[in-house]
Amino acid sequence: MARIVLDELAHSYKPGPKGPQDYALKRIDHVWRQGGAYALLGPSGCGKTTLLNIISGLVVPTEGRILFDDRDVTRLPTEARNIAQVFQFPVVYDTMTVRENLAFPLKNRRVEASVVRRRVEEIARLLGLSRVLDRRANNLTADMKQKISLGRGLVRPDVAAILFDEPLTVIDPHLKWQLRSTLKEIHRELDLTMIYVTHDQTEALTFADEVVVMYDGAVVQTGTPDALFERPEHTFVGHFIGSPGMNVLPCTVEGTTARVDGQTIPLAGAYPDLPQGRRIELGVRPEFTTLAAKGAGLPVRVKRIDDLGRVRIARVDLGGRPFAATVPEGVAVDGDEASVILDPTRVHIYADGHLVAALPAGATAA
Amino acid sequence: MRGRAVVMTLYLLFLLLPIYWLVNMSLKTNTEITSGLTLWPETITFDNYVKIFTDASWYSGYINSLTYVAINTVLSISLALPAAYAFSRYRFLGDKHLFFWLLSNRMAPPAVFALPFFNLYSAVGLFDTPWAVALAHCLFNVPLAVWILEGFMSGVPREIDETAAIDGYSFPRFFIKIFMPLIASGIGVAAFFCFMFSWVELLLARTLTSVDAKPIAATMTRTVSAAGMDWGLLAAAGVLTIVPGALVIWFVRNYIAKGFALGRV
Amino acid sequence: MNKTVNQKAWFLVLPVFVVVAFSAIVPLMTVVNYSVQDTFGNNQFFWNGVGWFQELLDPSTELGGRFFDALWRNLAFSAVILAIEIPLGIVVALSMPRHGWTVAFSLVVMALPLLIPWNVVGTIWQVFARGDIGLLGWVVNHLGVAYNYVLDPASAWITIVVMDVWHWTSLVALLCYAGLKSIPDAYYQAARIDGASRLAVFTTIQLPKMRRVLLIAVLLRFMDSFMIYTEPFVLTGGGPGNATTYVSIDLVKLALGQFDLGKAAAMSIVYNLVILAVCWVFYTVMVNADAEKKEVEA
Repeated sequence: MARIVLDELAHSYKPGPKGPQDYALKRIDHVWRQGGAYALLGPSGCGKTTLLNIISGLVVPTEGRILFDDRDVTRLPTEARNIAQVFQFPVVYDTMTVRENLAFPLKNRRVEASVVRRRVEEIARLLGLSRVLDRRANNLTADMKQKISLGRGLVRPDVAAILFDEPLTVIDPHLKWQLRSTLKEIHRELDLTMIYVTHDQTEALTFADEVVVMYDGAVVQTGTPDALFERPEHTFVGHFIGSPGMNVLPCTVEGTTARVDGQTIPLAGAYPDLPQGRRIELGVRPEFTTLAAKGAGLPVRVKRIDDLGRVRIARVDLGGRPFAATVPEGVAVDGDEASVILDPTRVHIYADGHLVAALPAGATAA
Repeated sequence: MRGRAVVMTLYLLFLLLPIYWLVNMSLKTNTEITSGLTLWPETITFDNYVKIFTDASWYSGYINSLTYVAINTVLSISLALPAAYAFSRYRFLGDKHLFFWLLSNRMAPPAVFALPFFNLYSAVGLFDTPWAVALAHCLFNVPLAVWILEGFMSGVPREIDETAAIDGYSFPRFFIKIFMPLIASGIGVAAFFCFMFSWVELLLARTLTSVDAKPIAATMTRTVSAAGMDWGLLAAAGVLTIVPGALVIWFVRNYIAKGFALGRV
Repeated sequence: MNKTVNQKAWFLVLPVFVVVAFSAIVPLMTVVNYSVQDTFGNNQFFWNGVGWFQELLDPSTELGGRFFDALWRNLAFSAVILAIEIPLGIVVALSMPRHGWTVAFSLVVMALPLLIPWNVVGTIWQVFARGDIGLLGWVVNHLGVAYNYVLDPASAWITIVVMDVWHWTSLVALLCYAGLKSIPDAYYQAARIDGASRLAVFTTIQLPKMRRVLLIAVLLRFMDSFMIYTEPFVLTGGGPGNATTYVSIDLVKLALGQFDLGKAAAMSIVYNLVILAVCWVFYTVMVNADAEKKEVEA
């Protein structure tokens, strides 16, 4: 059981890194609470696997420290940390039975045979592996094998955290959901810290209490699935999370209005301190944008309407840029001329991709 | 980490020392060789090499060897390609037995075949030609090539064949235009091993030649003369037989592991 | 993959069949023909039935005695070779550098002995092991060990074994190295997390993954050492006495040296059958291992 602290951590695979471009993992400070279910979300090559390998001890970071409950483990080898890891491709020792596989980590730590036996059976029951305990491990299906690799982590009573590196990649779609709920169940039951690396937002959002979004070697936002959705701190988060992603338009800001291609958009607050010479953008989710009849808001040209089941999303053209908006019940669009209405409280302003906090509208007079 | 480096260094040293000694000797005069042990040549001489390159009876040995090796490699690969395709794609009467029988020839001792080959190739008038040796080496190289190629071909999905057939490719055109490029690395690996086993074999090569097609390896026995051993010349000839192999290895160094990964040598 | 039944595939195999049959069956028929005849020279042959075989397989006769001597000598040689080269090859493969230019360098140096003509291998060691002009022989003699591979059977044996280890261990090592390379990193990482010792990693991960290539390595090394001819022929000529006369050397002596065609032919057939039997056992084991693997994957 442990709280994991990343203290000014950074990593470069090149010796003697010069600029930020040499870092696979840019400086990061983060605390993983004991018992939390975290997802590490980001596209391939964003540094999430590097981070995972630093936590598990397979990679020693070039800078910074990593603490388990205030104990510095930065340079400790993997086997000396109380970490378990489940890999992308199932790793089982094929010459052994399932029972021997599960017992392996305990045997290596010279745990007494009777304890091993009891523990193995307990974990097998938890994972639904009891029936196959005495079968050869390499004859089983991929999801069974993933359960075995997870089980090898769980049998260790001292395990502090379990790391998952895209564990569902090779699992059949209809079994993914099942395995994921097994994971949640185990998390509830065993009070373990779990860190789940994935590039699939659905997996991340359904698994985790807190999602860490990484982009280009840096953490761009940490938050609950709701926070990521409602208040993306980076345009990347806006794009990456949600389907379709957030609308992002270049704009200029004057007082409490934003200008996009000559059109004015009201904002909920003012941005008097916007940095000069940066790329200023406006972001709003399609969910907080509604399509209306021509003349009611910003003029747009409707290209098509996608029925996503729960909602209908209009794909429109706003001043030459693609834009998405929700089509409310009862709104009919005739012809391709229409307009969109943005909820001012849900419109965010970004400078060079990063969210800029707004001052409440009343405070701008000064 | 340290232990691994030590093991590797010692092993490589063990491999290189005898070769170094041969090179060392090839650069010495016979007087220096026989007068006492020296770790490197006191006066470097290239006379031994000059002699080999200027004496037709010496350098024709190299040409002969390379000729039959080349014929054998081309022959083995071109025969093995369709057969390997058949084994990798179809089942037919006696396929498994045939495959084993082919393989068993890779395991047949050349010593058993030396005399019958001598009779056979003398009877058909091929004795003392590169063709005799090239054909004789087919005994073990063709099965080997079939085995290696079959492994590579099994890795190519059948759908490719079917798609090509639907697209209206005739079989020979499909095979040459589409299939062969797909298994190019396999052909390379097979050619490498055909070259290797034909180049290193001597028993059959020596038995089936006398004067005109004599391989370099057999020419080397000439260094024993009435005046005693010509050690320097022997060493130089030996060094020169290592060179073609070393060149080939250098070119395929990045594929060695891949070729062996098939486990089909 | 389910192969379709297609008897026309025989046409694709036919060229190979014809060439190999020409190279294998015709000579074998000659051998069989000789093995049942005797000759007084001048190409006059007469029927001798299974006479040669009876003589060959009876250790109390001159022919049988020398055959069984050569056979046991050769089996002992193969056993020694396997006992040294297989473990050494595994150790070398495990010691291979992981990255950098040393990988290519090691691979090239290791492959080098494999591409040296076999008689040149003999020549290299003939020179290298000589007491007067060879580094090895000279050093060993100066360490006070009486060593002379021309006169002393033990020295001759040791030299041939060392030579074969020099020549062929790399083949085993390269095969094992290829097998090791195919193991994904995740296995090693998982083993570290599970707290496995170096030995446990070897026995639970590396050895099982090398099973197939090791089987092939053992097969090839057994076959080739059982057929060894050129290298010892150059180095010792089968001597001193008959100390290093292996089956192939004996066979060639008999056939090309003494022109005892009948005896040599009978010996060839028995020799070939022994090899074929071993080859078949290996082949069956290998095919079964493959079938088991495919079944698992399916």
